[in-house]
Amino acid sequence: MLDILYSIIPQTLFFAAPLIFTALGGVYSERSGVINIGLEGLMVIGAFSSVTFNILYADALGTATPWISLLVAIVAGILFSLIHAVATITFRADQTVTGVAINMLALGFGVFMIKQIFGKGQTDFISQPIYTTNVPFLVDIPVIGQMFFKNMYLTSYIAIALSFVAWYVLFKTPFGLRIRAVGEHPMAADTNGIKVYTTRYIGVIISGALAGLGGAVFAMTISQNFSISTIAGQGFMAIAAVIFGKWNPLGAMGAALFFGFAQSLSVVGSSIPLLENVPQVYLLIAPYVLTILALAGFIGRSVAPKASGVPYVKGSR
Amino acid sequence: MFSSTKFNFIIPIISVILGLVAGAIIMLIFGYNPILGYQALWNGVFDSPFFMSETVNRITPYILTGLAIAFAFRTGLFNIGAEGQVLVGWVAAVWVGTAIDAPAFIHLPLALLAAAAAGALWAFIPGILKAKLGVHEVIVSIMMNYIALHITNYLIRSVLTDNQETTEPVKQTASLTNDFLIGLTGSRLHLGFIVALLMVLVMWVILERTKLGYELKAVGYNQHASNYAGMKVERNIVISMLISGLFAGLAGAMQGLGSFGNAFTNTAFSNLGFDGIAVALLGGNNPFGVVLSASLFGFLKVGSLNMSTAGVPNEIIEIVIALIILFVASGFIIRWALLQLKKGEKK
Repeated sequence: MLDILYSIIPQTLFFAAPLIFTALGGVYSERSGVINIGLEGLMVIGAFSSVTFNILYADALGTATPWISLLVAIVAGILFSLIHAVATITFRADQTVTGVAINMLALGFGVFMIKQIFGKGQTDFISQPIYTTNVPFLVDIPVIGQMFFKNMYLTSYIAIALSFVAWYVLFKTPFGLRIRAVGEHPMAADTNGIKVYTTRYIGVIISGALAGLGGAVFAMTISQNFSISTIAGQGFMAIAAVIFGKWNPLGAMGAALFFGFAQSLSVVGSSIPLLENVPQVYLLIAPYVLTILALAGFIGRSVAPKASGVPYVKGSR
Repeated sequence: MFSSTKFNFIIPIISVILGLVAGAIIMLIFGYNPILGYQALWNGVFDSPFFMSETVNRITPYILTGLAIAFAFRTGLFNIGAEGQVLVGWVAAVWVGTAIDAPAFIHLPLALLAAAAAGALWAFIPGILKAKLGVHEVIVSIMMNYIALHITNYLIRSVLTDNQETTEPVKQTASLTNDFLIGLTGSRLHLGFIVALLMVLVMWVILERTKLGYELKAVGYNQHASNYAGMKVERNIVISMLISGLFAGLAGAMQGLGSFGNAFTNTAFSNLGFDGIAVALLGGNNPFGVVLSASLFGFLKVGSLNMSTAGVPNEIIEIVIALIILFVASGFIIRWALLQLKKGEKK
């Protein structure tokens, strides 16, 4: 039994990390009043930019390459999310429509650029991925050390730590209050001297940075290359995690961990005695069916931030 | 001054032009000749009857997924699950098309009906959960997409075939293909476009000529007011999703009974459903607008495959399509710019 946990817990965190980052970004964007269906596209940009940077600079930068690649992806995500921000906040474009366009644009742009740079539609595998590590000292703790500190990705720890930071900022700081205020009732916020447009821009930019990071973490740890099908639905799963987690950073983290757990179950499931005779299709659909049941059963009505999806026009009632 | 209905036509047209111009600029930046590029795009569709028919075959499912999403949008619902509804419709149609023996006038309608029913069933689940429990339809639809992907793969491997990745072709009695059209064009041009155009009329009639359509639109505008006026909001949400799923399921039938004539396992989505979102939006969620935007999409997608003859990666068209949608969405700024131009002329 312990053996199963030893393999499932690191796997769960491994699959969940990109989703956690991206979902946190989604929470900030939606809390500020901007729906971001474009998370998928922002992840694509993150994966594309980090893989490209990694391949081009691996020789020069050595083992620091993947970490600098993550920073590059954050910047790329921010730049790309500005398109969403300008269109939805300044030009009052329909947020869902723009998000869909961002997804198409990112994929088209990414593959187009790959063909320009490498002359083919799929990159080689990166030579400097992020490797697993054992946390010194902690790994020697019996049982717990094996579960949580052996063969782990540093990015998984960062993801979980960041969730708590994101929760603290959103609910315990004036900045977080401003984000929530412009997402719930922008006019009231405006009357109180909060700059609605600026705050919403910041919300979208944070989502761009974190979704870019999420895509890059996926590329640096899981896929290790970039092609048209590298990011295939992870962004939508992140959106699901945002809603599942009721627009709360810790809730979103929990939902992302659950998705990661379900995914790891379908990978290692065949080695678990209890599950080995279950047809694979049941394991494959289990995470999605369980999510629906959870939503229908005990999570219930999920209500988005009130002004989410509505462009703010100064002076209108 | 422009009237508001004029804007509904002008903004998409300006957006298409701006998108193509932006695509040309990108081609120039990367050292391609945009004229040769767009010429190849045009020739990729209009050079031969074969590719023109391929384009029609591509437009047909776009119309149906576009209708599916537009219909749900009109009731205030976002059916992001068309992708999964297409898949189940596809497999249901092929299942009936391969497993049953019947004369064509029964077999074909039965296969179409099975596809529509499967799509509707797949949309019913998010619909009923939204109506009864208030669960967000977007998240349930996304989950239903993945469930559809895995279940259809399982059905193809374990039920429809014996561990094969591709099913048998559907029987001729259930096929949408037609010997006359095949002989004429040498392609798999099929009669699905008639089904698609029929559905365009169905959507228009439901929305504009029935009490049901009036109620559906009212719920889309304002749920609380509709409820107060005595409309059954919950029931209308479910009906809207059912009709939306029916359209998407039929899009799957177009592929299964027409363009491909079989079903096969997939590792990723076909993107017909996701592209349908863009088709619906560009078409202003209007059934006739959907026909126009689906035609543009089909033209660009099929034509782009020929752009490699001019050395241009066909992803450029993905970028152009995305920019067009971005411009349509930002219609406010185009409208503002047009009004500024008008003012400038008067001075």
